[in-house]
Amino acid sequence: MQIRDILSFSLLAATANRGRTLLMLLAMAIAVSSVVVLISLGDSARHYVIDQFSTLGTNLLIVLPGRSETTGGPPPLLGATPRDLTLADAMALNRARTVRRITPIIAGSAPISVRSLEREMLVLGSTSELYEIRHLALSQGSFLPPGEPTRAEAVCVIGQKGKKELFGNQPAIGRWLRIGDRRFRVIGVLSSSGVSLGEDLGEVVIIPVAAAQALFNTSSLFRILVEATSPEGIEQTRKSILDTIRVRHEGEDDITVITQDAVLTTFDRIFKALTLSVAGIAAISLVVAGIMIMNVMLVAVSNRRAEIGLLKALGASRTQILGLFLTESTILSSIGAGIGLVLALLGMRLAAFLFPQFPLQLAPWSSAISLGVALITGVVFGVLPARRAADLEPAFALMRR
Amino acid sequence: MISLQNIERIFQVGDEEVHALRDVSMTATDGDHIAIMGPSGSGKSSLLNILGLLDRPDTGSYELDGVKVSELDEKEQARIRRHKIGFVFQFFHLVPRLTAFDNIALPLMLAGMKQDERQARVTAALAAFGLGNRAQHRPDQLSGGQRQRVAIARATIMQPSVILADEPTGNLDRNSGIEVVEILEELNRQGITLIMVTHDPELGRRAQRQILMVDGRIEREAEG
Ligand SMILES: Nc1ncnc2c1ncn2[C@@H]1O[C@H](COP(=O)(O)OP(=O)(O)OP(=O)(O)O)[C@@H](O)[C@H]1O
Ligand SMILES: [Mg+2]
Repeated sequence: MQIRDILSFSLLAATANRGRTLLMLLAMAIAVSSVVVLISLGDSARHYVIDQFSTLGTNLLIVLPGRSETTGGPPPLLGATPRDLTLADAMALNRARTVRRITPIIAGSAPISVRSLEREMLVLGSTSELYEIRHLALSQGSFLPPGEPTRAEAVCVIGQKGKKELFGNQPAIGRWLRIGDRRFRVIGVLSSSGVSLGEDLGEVVIIPVAAAQALFNTSSLFRILVEATSPEGIEQTRKSILDTIRVRHEGEDDITVITQDAVLTTFDRIFKALTLSVAGIAAISLVVAGIMIMNVMLVAVSNRRAEIGLLKALGASRTQILGLFLTESTILSSIGAGIGLVLALLGMRLAAFLFPQFPLQLAPWSSAISLGVALITGVVFGVLPARRAADLEPAFALMRR
Repeated sequence: MISLQNIERIFQVGDEEVHALRDVSMTATDGDHIAIMGPSGSGKSSLLNILGLLDRPDTGSYELDGVKVSELDEKEQARIRRHKIGFVFQFFHLVPRLTAFDNIALPLMLAGMKQDERQARVTAALAAFGLGNRAQHRPDQLSGGQRQRVAIARATIMQPSVILADEPTGNLDRNSGIEVVEILEELNRQGITLIMVTHDPELGRRAQRQILMVDGRIEREAEG
């Protein structure tokens, strides 16, 4: 038989009996759309988190004071509080060969005021290297000037939103603002790069690290960002950071180094596992749909016994009948899956409309998944009915009872 | 050339054995016109099913054109049905969702003939059986006589050497019945072997050979 004939014959047969078929198509459509929607949601969430992490910078390592429990090794001795990370520690890291640049960070919240206007904002003390490491961009002015990090120049760079709040539509460059009781001159405004992992860069004020030390009256750093020269250099850099600090901290491993890669792969794994398990649960509805397909096909076989007998009388072999009925169940499941895919697309569009802040979209391989699911369901649950049809004795099937 | 030797067909119904055919032997030469007659339940349909390879005998052998077809496997038997045998049934057995055209084209389609090649053959067949303006009608839009003509067109589209007809007029009024029989007889005159089961003695007499079955046996054979 010609493939084209097999398809058109089976399509006509599959769609001839409307009521029962419609119910089954609905079940299949719901099953496929729930699988696709859940996979797409999981995939969108994964992309969102990974994008967020990528905006942090490339080949990035983050050094935190204190030892994280997950790194293993013996717990710190009783009363041995971790030593602070100091500016000198940070500068010492610069000497490693695989380090391109480093920047220390002190963070804290402080009241910012311009004349009578006052706002509470995040103040970051850092150095000029922060600009490259965090891939920042300026809309006006310049960033912190390069130079000795111990120099506490009274200059600041402010976020786009903070600038609006404090200065309105007036130019901000060259103006002075107050942080606590110190005065700083605005030398730059960040371009609106949005939220990056909870740090709203729109409402941040960046000042030299030494100025922040004085402002918050502390010598300890919040963290140190280190950029390695290449992705291959990351592991080497991690080791040399640990070695350097150990030497400086009298043999104690009292810092934590997080590599961006490690965080990314962990998140990637977690989200993939999550997506798969959620999709697995949704797949149960596929089994239900499959059983409905099987039921529809079994009824079709018993209703069309005479027709099957006739086809055999006209010279159809067992294999031909098997193929015709398998095609029929697969066509049914494919139509259902097609409807399901459209439902899923509409669902994701609706979700994207309702939650515009998240990049929600259909997972790229959704159509492949639905097609695969349709073929597998149609064949797996069509085998039993098709075999029953193929095994019918023609003389018996043609008997009128 | 058809040759049946000592055919037995036994059906198991519950604990009981039903002897549908008992030691049946018969031959038919090409171009024969045979009527099979007998009371209900005497085994006429069972015999026709064996002849048409729709059923396998429990014992005995069946030779068709020199081939021992009772020994062939399922696939080869399907090929013989496709190319050598045409069936006409009492209840027409047209596929209800297909048009007259597509019903007639079914055997060609199953044989894998391309659509454009089928077109000419089916159109010619429709015309030959007086169905030229009924091509796109579905079976429920046709009269009984027209349905049986579609069935005959379908049975002959592969140019078989034998037509097996099981009470082809059983569901038709007298006039349509005569019309259908005349078509079958015309095909027989063109050389196709015609074996027809009938309850109607008048139709039976028109055949050149009459086989009378009683209780699964061939009781008597007459030439006429
Ligand atoms: N598939 C079957 N299973 C069980 N018994 C069967 C089967 N087919 C036929 N029989 C039995 O075999 C016997 C012969 O049946 P068959 O149909 O050949 O008779 P028939 O001469 O064609 O009768 P009718 O004139 O009513 O069509 C009957 O007793 C019937 O009940
Ligand atoms: Mg009968």
